[in-house]
Amino acid sequence: MKREKFTILESTCVPLPLENIDTDQIIPARFLSSTEREGFGENLFRDWRFDGNGNPVPGFVLNRPEYRGEILITGSNFGCGSSREHAVWAIADYGFRAVVSDSFADIFMNNALNNGLLPVVIHSGLLTQLTALVTEKPGTRIRIDLDDQLLSVPGTGLRSGFPVNGFRKECLMKGLDSIDYLLAMKEEIEAYERSR
Amino acid sequence: MSGKTLFDKIWDAHLVRSVPDGPDVLFIDRHYIHEVTSPQAFSGLRQRGISVFRPERTVATADHNIPTVNQHLPIADPVSRSQVETLEDNCHTAGITYFGMGDPRNGIVHVTCPEQGYTLPGMTIVCGDSHTSTHGAFGTIAFGIGTSEVEMVLATQCLLQTRPLKMRINVEGALREGVTSKDLILYIIASLTTGGATGFFVEYAGKAIRSLSMESRMTVCNMSIEMGARGGLIAPDEITFSWLSQIPALSDNPAFERLVDNWPSLRSDTNAPFDSEVTFDAQLVPPMITYGTNPGMGMAVDGIIPLPGEAGPSANGSYLKSLEYMGFKPGMKLLGHPVDYIFLGSCTNGRIEDLRLFAAAVAGRKKAAGVTALIVPGSQQVARQAEREGLTHALRLAGFEVRQPGCSSCLAMNDDKIPAGKYAVSTSNRNFEGRQGPGARTLLAGPLTAAAAAVTGRITDPREMNLRW
Repeated sequence: MKREKFTILESTCVPLPLENIDTDQIIPARFLSSTEREGFGENLFRDWRFDGNGNPVPGFVLNRPEYRGEILITGSNFGCGSSREHAVWAIADYGFRAVVSDSFADIFMNNALNNGLLPVVIHSGLLTQLTALVTEKPGTRIRIDLDDQLLSVPGTGLRSGFPVNGFRKECLMKGLDSIDYLLAMKEEIEAYERSR
Repeated sequence: MSGKTLFDKIWDAHLVRSVPDGPDVLFIDRHYIHEVTSPQAFSGLRQRGISVFRPERTVATADHNIPTVNQHLPIADPVSRSQVETLEDNCHTAGITYFGMGDPRNGIVHVTCPEQGYTLPGMTIVCGDSHTSTHGAFGTIAFGIGTSEVEMVLATQCLLQTRPLKMRINVEGALREGVTSKDLILYIIASLTTGGATGFFVEYAGKAIRSLSMESRMTVCNMSIEMGARGGLIAPDEITFSWLSQIPALSDNPAFERLVDNWPSLRSDTNAPFDSEVTFDAQLVPPMITYGTNPGMGMAVDGIIPLPGEAGPSANGSYLKSLEYMGFKPGMKLLGHPVDYIFLGSCTNGRIEDLRLFAAAVAGRKKAAGVTALIVPGSQQVARQAEREGLTHALRLAGFEVRQPGCSSCLAMNDDKIPAGKYAVSTSNRNFEGRQGPGARTLLAGPLTAAAAAVTGRITDPREMNLRW
């Protein structure tokens, strides 16, 4: 199946500088009963974003109109906990296309890559600088160039390379689906089964 | 020439192809599925116009959102009911073995699949659930995956996966009286932190690990993910094979006999290289309790909540936010703190050994007034065993409510929610904000600490209780 291609993203950002944000915060379990992939964005960060009566919590970053954009900047070990891919679906459905941190949980990282949401790992020193910058100057644009594996803040000297596995990068840039890759090697899989 | 780790032996035996500058293509022996993370994967197969490649390698159970009362009735919540029915339909169409609600084999996927003999040493096992690491207790590579990967395995019985780094955690010596394997793993996670093993697959080794029962080993491996590890395994030994040989489906299975013959090879070579290695002294492990909102925020039950700066890398705004959510302050002691709820259950501590420990510990006492206690067996088999052993009866006489099997209050997808602001001592695996219900405050602990709190209504050191175990 074809997916949206990811090449260059330039956007304003939303800062959420907390560590160890688990997937239960990203999308609480009580919203996991759907059998669809769509519609999870409305409950993204539900219990931080809305109070018990469903009213927006004014201080929460997604409720502050000055912070908008397709890039989420967050803290260490983002996406830890449950393997629920609904967390990635919720982030993407809300409108984010990249998440920037200095570390991600392993399962979240795979889930993001399988959905065309780019996890960008940068050095923690730069993450602190970047978070401060976009928090103080909402509207700051960040540019993420996947081909060059380069994150930069246009008009400033802030820039950093970031790692991406070559196979994953090609899938993202060409909009390829890794299941198609495996389906194309059915004979090799069957040969492996016979060899056991 | 350096030797190989057990992990690498199993991985290499399942390697179909190494993608240049990419992940490996790994063959999957067993695929476990449940109602919450599989429906979108089956929809994906339908969109592609393909069917399940090897349905006999997949096993399904309904566990996450099912009620723990009146399981003979249809599920009242229409959305949950639809999700379970979707699983049943998908399994029926694909020819996948399905343990529906009420089936004698039904239970939490990580409790029932080992009981039914599906989890065997040397296998690769995946499931759309992060606690799949549980099955590592049998010497398997077992880990949680997302729904796109569930679809990948249904479509091809393979997974694209990058080989993780290897960490060995040695636990030497013996655990003290009143200390369980849950305390041990909470102690390890508190030491390594909630993200401390990210990127690694753990092998647990050492005398204290080797002397654990299979149930206790499953508790340890289950929580590997709570320090970020991809999974955790323990080399199989006589305890493993003795446990497995009790399973009727395996006792006269020739494949199982061959496996028993081969088991000495399922261990890390003495000179196998690990990317990281840490050693703990089991003697130093106290009964543990968590005070914050990630499983790494744990301390001795009679300890003091660390002051910012002492708590390691987490001592910042996130740390104080966490304590504020819990209603605690740095420097506070938790001993004597009132408790509203007790939850004994989950894929971490919902096995027969946990029910036995809890029942023995509360024997001769009554549940404290004002405490609501939920005892939820991890599977129908555990429930039957508890009945047979008289545990259920004894617990009911002591004022405890024994429910029907399911994930229950661990993630509160069903009605078993802890109300906002209430304190729950839970034997489950996660104390995240809202995990057991919006606003719920979870204190993770082992079954003995839960039992001590259940009969006193307060956080209590089980060693001070003269409990019997």
